Amino acid sequence: MLLEVEDLSVNYGVIQAVKGVSFKVNEGEIVSLIGANGAGKTTILKTISGLMKPSGGKIVYEGHEIQKQKSQKIVAGGISQVPEGRRIFAGLTVLENLQMGAFLRKDRDGLKKDYQEVFERFPVLRERKNQDAATLSGGEQQMLAMGRALTAKPKLLLMDEPSMGLAPIFINEIFDIIQAIKQQGTTVLLIEQNASKALAIADRGYVLATGNILMTGTGQELLANEDVQKAYLGG
Amino acid sequence: MKKNLKYNLTWLAIMVVGYVVINLLEFVGVIDQFGENTMVLIGINIILATGLNLIIGFSGQFSLGHAGFMAIGAYVCALITSSISTPMGMAIGMIAGAAVSALVALIVGIPTLRLDGDYLAIATMGVAEIIRIILNNLKITNGPAGLYNIPLLATWPVVYLMVCVTTLIIVNFIHSRDGRAVMSVRENEIASESMGVNTTKWKVLAFVIGAATAAIGGALHANYIQTIAPTDFGIMESINILIIVVLGGIGSITGTFVAAAVLGLLDMILQNFGTLRMVLYSLALILLMVFKPSGLLGTWEFSVRNLFNRFTKSKQKGDA
Ligand SMILES: Nc1ncnc2c1ncn2[C@@H]1O[C@H](COP(=O)(O)OP(=O)(O)OP(=O)(O)O)[C@@H](O)[C@H]1O
Ligand SMILES: [Mg+2]
Repeated sequence: MLLEVEDLSVNYGVIQAVKGVSFKVNEGEIVSLIGANGAGKTTILKTISGLMKPSGGKIVYEGHEIQKQKSQKIVAGGISQVPEGRRIFAGLTVLENLQMGAFLRKDRDGLKKDYQEVFERFPVLRERKNQDAATLSGGEQQMLAMGRALTAKPKLLLMDEPSMGLAPIFINEIFDIIQAIKQQGTTVLLIEQNASKALAIADRGYVLATGNILMTGTGQELLANEDVQKAYLGG
Repeated sequence: MKKNLKYNLTWLAIMVVGYVVINLLEFVGVIDQFGENTMVLIGINIILATGLNLIIGFSGQFSLGHAGFMAIGAYVCALITSSISTPMGMAIGMIAGAAVSALVALIVGIPTLRLDGDYLAIATMGVAEIIRIILNNLKITNGPAGLYNIPLLATWPVVYLMVCVTTLIIVNFIHSRDGRAVMSVRENEIASESMGVNTTKWKVLAFVIGAATAAIGGALHANYIQTIAPTDFGIMESINILIIVVLGGIGSITGTFVAAAVLGLLDMILQNFGTLRMVLYSLALILLMVFKPSGLLGTWEFSVRNLFNRFTKSKQKGDA
């Protein structure tokens, strides 16, 4: 097991956004976490990556508790993220954005090759290498956010709604890329509102509502589930 | 690394050529003593404003306290050169002033740089004011009367040299991995933190380097003007430096150079206008900001790298 979240609770002041959530992610899996607006998905992800501290529970990564660690240490340990709303560095060039992804990497030698790999996966980024990231379209910015997370060479990649605000053709491409990332051996924890796509590529999934896990199963099981269809798939 | 060396050597060559050309112009009489004075003042302003641009333009932190750090450099260097009145004393004075200033910036930076925007501006203004009040009350700094008979050691070659040194250091910092980290914090603090950047550390580092640069500028100021008093380093001085940064373009070192030169020349020309001078100066500023709100150069930067790239590209085209 790569990641195990146990009875996690997270508060914003008096508001309890996450109320005792448990789930796990095995090595090599894509695990999808789906749920409506405000269910607590982003909060969970921020807590895993150390940007927020939980009020209770444990996060165990590679056998060590990390819920008290600083984000720098967590990133260095191999967890990187594609944050909600992309959050690219608009005033830096595309290449500089990728270099920031690799900020904590010690093995400087492999870097050139890894940038090439990212450019092969996202050819548009190569063409725009020296442009300010602000000049990219929304879809291209999402690719940059993914490329930036990949240059960190993560073991576990956290993605917060990578399909948000994109045209259908781009969305399909993004989900293809997520599968390709998995093929290469990176484990993915995917947060999505686009439940049908997210469950279709997931090995396993969890359904979250107002801070609690309602249901879990394989991607296919959840896709076939009537309640899930009613609530999240418009069925 | 090798490439950086190439760019730095090119810059160095440009700087040497610049120095020779200016001296030649002085020799044939195009630049007179008055012109040289103006160039010294412009040079000092470039140093002060480049440091502030690092803080405001590159790390994205607003500071209204630059004159405070300038004061530290001025007083430390003035005191040291008053007992060691040699170029060596000047060198020691500048290094010591920069060190003290950096230390103070480190101590005040760690708590204040957690603040944002307006709060940070007020806090840095307060720091500068505290420095000024301390200088006003210490015996060694001679209180409100200040220091005078400071030896004239900030000659034109020294100022020119220090402009080159501080600019090279700051530009290399900006283009390094460290500089990238600093700019990523400016762009998006949360994203930067999620890349593993310790945001406070990099903000403080940029602030400390900026403060050390301000101290160098202050040291040169003291050893050029030869008298200093606490009132020289009030909020107006911080704002004067800020004006250069804003006018040149926040985030453009080239812009800082151009703005310092334009304002310096403007000031020189307006000398004959007496009291009307400040009115015309302000008017010129207002007009510039109305017609060019992003500053003279925006974020544009003169870069030998781009020049090289363009050159090699056109050569390839020529070959084909
Ligand atoms: N900074 C904050 N301060 C106070 N409450 C917050 C804050 N951020 C989120 N919340 C609250 O916490 C709850 C969970 O928010 P979260 O962002 O984790 O939801 P989400 O599942 O990611 O939703 P979405 O799909 O809309 O992104 C919501 O009720 C939200 O209002
Ligand atoms: Mg969210």
